[in-house]
Amino acid sequence: MTTATPTTLSIKHLSKSYVAGKPVLKDISLDIADCGITAIIGPSGTGKSTLIRCINRLVEPTSGEIHFEGGNLVALDRSGLRLARRHIGMVFQEYNLVERLTVMENLLTGRLGYVSPFKAWLRKFPEADIARAFELLDAVGLGSFANQRADSLSGGQRQRVGIARALMQEPKLLLADEPTSSLDPKTSVEVMALMRDLCHARGIPVVVNMHDVELAKRFADRIIGMSGGNVVYDGGPAGLTDDVLKSIYGGEDWLQ
Amino acid sequence: MSSTAVQPPAPRVAFRTNWWSRAAWIALAIYVVYAMSRLEITWDRFVLGLGNGAKFLDRMFPPHIIQPDSLLKGLTESLEIAFLASALGILISLPIGLFAARNLMPVWATWPARAIIALCRTFHPVIVAIVFVKAVGFGAMAGILALVVASIGFIGKLFAEAIEEISLKQVEAVRASGAPFMSVIAFGVMPQVFGRFVGFATYQLDSNLRNSTMVGIVGAGGIGGTLFSAFQRFDYDFVCAILLCIIGMIMAGEILAQWVRKVFLERGKVDEE
Repeated sequence: MTTATPTTLSIKHLSKSYVAGKPVLKDISLDIADCGITAIIGPSGTGKSTLIRCINRLVEPTSGEIHFEGGNLVALDRSGLRLARRHIGMVFQEYNLVERLTVMENLLTGRLGYVSPFKAWLRKFPEADIARAFELLDAVGLGSFANQRADSLSGGQRQRVGIARALMQEPKLLLADEPTSSLDPKTSVEVMALMRDLCHARGIPVVVNMHDVELAKRFADRIIGMSGGNVVYDGGPAGLTDDVLKSIYGGEDWLQ
Repeated sequence: MSSTAVQPPAPRVAFRTNWWSRAAWIALAIYVVYAMSRLEITWDRFVLGLGNGAKFLDRMFPPHIIQPDSLLKGLTESLEIAFLASALGILISLPIGLFAARNLMPVWATWPARAIIALCRTFHPVIVAIVFVKAVGFGAMAGILALVVASIGFIGKLFAEAIEEISLKQVEAVRASGAPFMSVIAFGVMPQVFGRFVGFATYQLDSNLRNSTMVGIVGAGGIGGTLFSAFQRFDYDFVCAILLCIIGMIMAGEILAQWVRKVFLERGKVDEE
């Protein structure tokens, strides 16, 4: 671990093309600081999700480097990647909970990188993991839901479990791919506030994709505007003027 | 402009005639008639057969257990064949089904796994049983091996299909946490397919029970052998007794299968409350 450097994550010249010659990400370079929320905004199909997923290589980058904890994630082999992923939590748009497992089992999936498959299968997790799972459940307000199956929860409850699961990893970085896009406005604000507070208390930097510009302005310390696979804005929420939004999303009729 | 106004509009068709499907139906009808004529299936023979059947049924009643030892031995052996074959078959088909799932496994794994499953499904259990009787000799061992093959073919295929239908989003989330492959299977894949797997397994147990009464006909152990020799000795009342016992065994198996399903699958429902 390189705690001396102020950046957690350093993306250098990252490009990704799903189809050769049609890059979705074009030479992106970014440094993500030690803490706080970095929101990535931009129109649909501009590569926000791809960028987030390239970081933990759920999507394989075509070229470029991603430096995290002193190593280049892009260069890692399978087992190296697995060990690195343990330090990167992820929250998904559709929660991606394992529906037929209980809330507790879902939380403990966050510890699978540290427990042998056989012990995990027998549900023999270390006491400390289980204690932290209960703590996190209390922290997200689902203390009494431990033994419920994930498919019995509402959307907001599921995303809270999703956040708790990611934090079970004790991550050094949290990625969130459109975490509020499947939620109603009120729940979205609650979930964002929960994510901000929990990560702030633990000093975990968050990189989050968002559709909702107002929500991004409200919660993010830094906003990255993407358009056509390029970064077109990088700065504080205050600098996100109408002109900047026009350059990100194009047009102006929607800015009323 | 004016010329189109003069012409009457072409009649619109609500239902288009499908000549291909019509031709297929006609071809099917022709083949049925041809096959029946070739095999000399006639009404007279059917009526004649009904008379023989009545005579046969008459001799079956009242059922009479001529050889209780042979009956009991056959039944318990059939039961043992069915259970051992199911247990072994299910155990082996689990990894084979997993390897055959194309959404999780690379081609070098799915191709041989699919080949094994296809091979196991090619032949009827009786044909497989004949092969195993030749290989390991008369008796239950051959029957067990034959039904293991059948179980692998059936469960392996359905299990692979069940895995191919799972939500990969749930798997992705487990993978993103840095879980090793076996843990991804245990936490991301198995919970999604377990219910259906229990269904396949109990169905296969049921089917193995039925098949275990039959492999004995070719000498692969179980009640089938007893049944076949009773037929050959024209002991139709004993045949009837054996058939009744088989019906009882199958029904007991059905109840057991239901119970197993209840134990494994209702648990989830209870958890929800």
